Amino acid sequence: MKLYDGGKILIGLLVFAAIATFPFYYNIGKVNAKPEPKLDTPAILQLPEQERKCVESKTFMRTEHMQLINNWRDSVVRDGYRQYVSITTGKHYNMSLQNECMRCHSNKKKFCDECHNYMAVKPYCWDCHIAPKEDDKS
Amino acid sequence: MLEKAFVGSKKYWSWVLFLCALAVSGVYYYLQQFNYGLGLTGLSRDVSWGLYIGQFTFLVGVAASAVMLVIPHYLHDYKKFSKVVILGEFLAIAAVTMCILFIFVDMGQPMRIMNVVLHPTLNSVMFWDSVVLSGYLFLNLMIGWVTLSADRKGVAPPKWIKPFIYLSVPWAVSIHTVTAFLYAGLPGRHFWLSAVMAARFLASAFAGGPALLILLALIVRKVTKFDPGKEPIRTLGVIVAYAMFANVFLLGLEFFTAFYSNIPGHMESFKYLYVGIDGHHELVPMMWVSSIFAAASLIMLLIPGIRRNESTLSLACIMLFISLWIDKGFGLIIGGFVPNMLNQVRTYWPTRQESIITLGVWAIGFLILTFLYKIAVSVREDTAGVEIEH
Amino acid sequence: MSMDRRKFLKLAGISSLLGLGATAASASHNVWVKGLEPPQVEPNKEALKAEHWAMVVDMSKFKTEEDFQKTISACHTTHNVPDFRNADGTVDIKDEIKWIWKAKYEHAFPDQENPYMDEKIKEMPFIVLCNHCENPACVRVCPTQATFKRKSDGIVMMDMHRCIGCRFCMAACPYGARSFNYRDPRPFIKSENKEYPTRTKGVVEKCTFCTERLAFGKLPACVEAAPKGGLIFGDLADKNSEVRKIVETSYTIRRKPELGTGPSVYYLIGGNEHA
Repeated sequence: MKLYDGGKILIGLLVFAAIATFPFYYNIGKVNAKPEPKLDTPAILQLPEQERKCVESKTFMRTEHMQLINNWRDSVVRDGYRQYVSITTGKHYNMSLQNECMRCHSNKKKFCDECHNYMAVKPYCWDCHIAPKEDDKS
Repeated sequence: MLEKAFVGSKKYWSWVLFLCALAVSGVYYYLQQFNYGLGLTGLSRDVSWGLYIGQFTFLVGVAASAVMLVIPHYLHDYKKFSKVVILGEFLAIAAVTMCILFIFVDMGQPMRIMNVVLHPTLNSVMFWDSVVLSGYLFLNLMIGWVTLSADRKGVAPPKWIKPFIYLSVPWAVSIHTVTAFLYAGLPGRHFWLSAVMAARFLASAFAGGPALLILLALIVRKVTKFDPGKEPIRTLGVIVAYAMFANVFLLGLEFFTAFYSNIPGHMESFKYLYVGIDGHHELVPMMWVSSIFAAASLIMLLIPGIRRNESTLSLACIMLFISLWIDKGFGLIIGGFVPNMLNQVRTYWPTRQESIITLGVWAIGFLILTFLYKIAVSVREDTAGVEIEH
Repeated sequence: MSMDRRKFLKLAGISSLLGLGATAASASHNVWVKGLEPPQVEPNKEALKAEHWAMVVDMSKFKTEEDFQKTISACHTTHNVPDFRNADGTVDIKDEIKWIWKAKYEHAFPDQENPYMDEKIKEMPFIVLCNHCENPACVRVCPTQATFKRKSDGIVMMDMHRCIGCRFCMAACPYGARSFNYRDPRPFIKSENKEYPTRTKGVVEKCTFCTERLAFGKLPACVEAAPKGGLIFGDLADKNSEVRKIVETSYTIRRKPELGTGPSVYYLIGGNEHA
């Protein structure tokens, strides 16, 4: 079977392959360390060990915190509810990214951004919600 | 059939390239606007809608005008329109695309546009506007494509397209009525709070759109081998004459209500547009040009001898189109916002970036129109002499 | 079995549509898609509750320029409203954002002309803000319900997350109460309130009767900062509230009442001895 315009087709395929695999070979050799979100904020360290619990469990938060924050948003703004009852502990929390989550996790750069940068995710919450001020010393 | 748009003469490609250049500069400035915000335009807290929404309003009218070809041809068996209906449908596609683009560039958070679909709000006229505009685009794309493909094969279009064609008639009326409702239902803005708003919109649509179609048909005759024929153009001229008369008459009614009632809220905006208030006369020259062109073109259209002569007809159509563009694409919107809700005069003028983005969107619309017309004309040229039963 | 390309594409198209539909249908069983409901969420115990929040404005209590500035800046500072004033004090009205401001009588009440009225009232500034109408035109026109009327207490609220910036609400509001972020406001926020978010470019904003303060048992910022008795805030549906008593016994006017919007901000005529 004859491949008409074979030369052009092969060149086109090579160009396509080069462009499509660009993200992979561009990043060869770049060190991509596993994200290590730090929990050593003053607010967390103040609490005794047993009380260092987030709103929900670590595994839950890892997979669901985006949905949780979204639901908090709709609950507070649209439904007027402010208190969240934790599924795991039954404790009450004030539903607020800026005033509750960031109260403990006041190190956005070493906590939130660690995983977000690794995953190349840019949540736009911080366009409006004021991120806690951090010293760039530690 | 798409491949027909990519073969053409040097003139064709230089025109396409010119439009591409305009479109690219529009995109460039839009990216600037996307980064900085709509503050790059002349819009303000008091005049929150301007050139973009004005263009959108005007183009919805142009889009609706395809129905002026569809009604005589499909509902009344006016066979003389059989070769030009496609031009109207393709103009509708280009116009609705421009409408959607103008809405997009006007939005503060365009990335959130899906919110209109995710959270449908049945009491919002804007929601319904998005529904009817998308529906109209889809309808015209389907009808235009199916009928043109059938023509190309030399057969009648399939029977199932007929109901869609009939649907496009009330749908065309609806797109402009719903757009008029954006303005006519707002309490407080007395310049817009008028029952004849929808009627005025439709009348100016049915005048301006066919006027543009006449000009486009004449251009097509000049630059291609496809001749839409003298009869369709003549009939379109009559349609434009009647519609323009209705439009001017309805505008006169608005003036009467405002000034005979002497209610300040109703008069102030007219005063700002036509004589200026508080030392602000920004729009006065344009509005008078619009009125003079409207009167002149109407008189020309009403005199049969002048209307039947294609050169004077084109002059009348050009003046009419410009007049309506000023009136609906600019004057109507700004008039609603000046004076503002606290009776203060805060004016508006588009910025350079805003104008280039606007030109860019028009260029994209004309690009789509050029490609679609190239396809339609090529099919007509191929099938010249073949009689098809519609 | 032989199949031509067209048939194959049609089959592929329909199967993917069905596949997507099935995923969407199963997603409705995911509790997160539904949103949070009581008893998993509750209102604050200390929240102020009302059936119909309303405000009475008594301009006779505003005596000095300082009174006005304190009231206005209390609101604008609490809510991180940007200040676009130029260095020389002139205002760049193009990008201006204001939730509460001063307006002369002829601007606050444009259709109540009286060329021979008391000069004092003609020149006196009135405090104007969003009227939290009972029949708000802005809510009627919003295509995404980004602005909505709270069923619990009648406040016309803003959801900045959902606003697409179409500015239809700004065209609809008969009182000019809404502002749009024509540019990024953050560089122009004079002093940040860390407990309240800012907005971003491309969304509309307005007074929300301080829902975030009401939720914690506090009165709106302007009410607290205004001179005593200048702004009275309460539940109009409560027969014993101060606002209800004033509106029932004294003469009050509202802005553009003929438009049917039912504003909830009443302006007291003749002054009052309310402390």
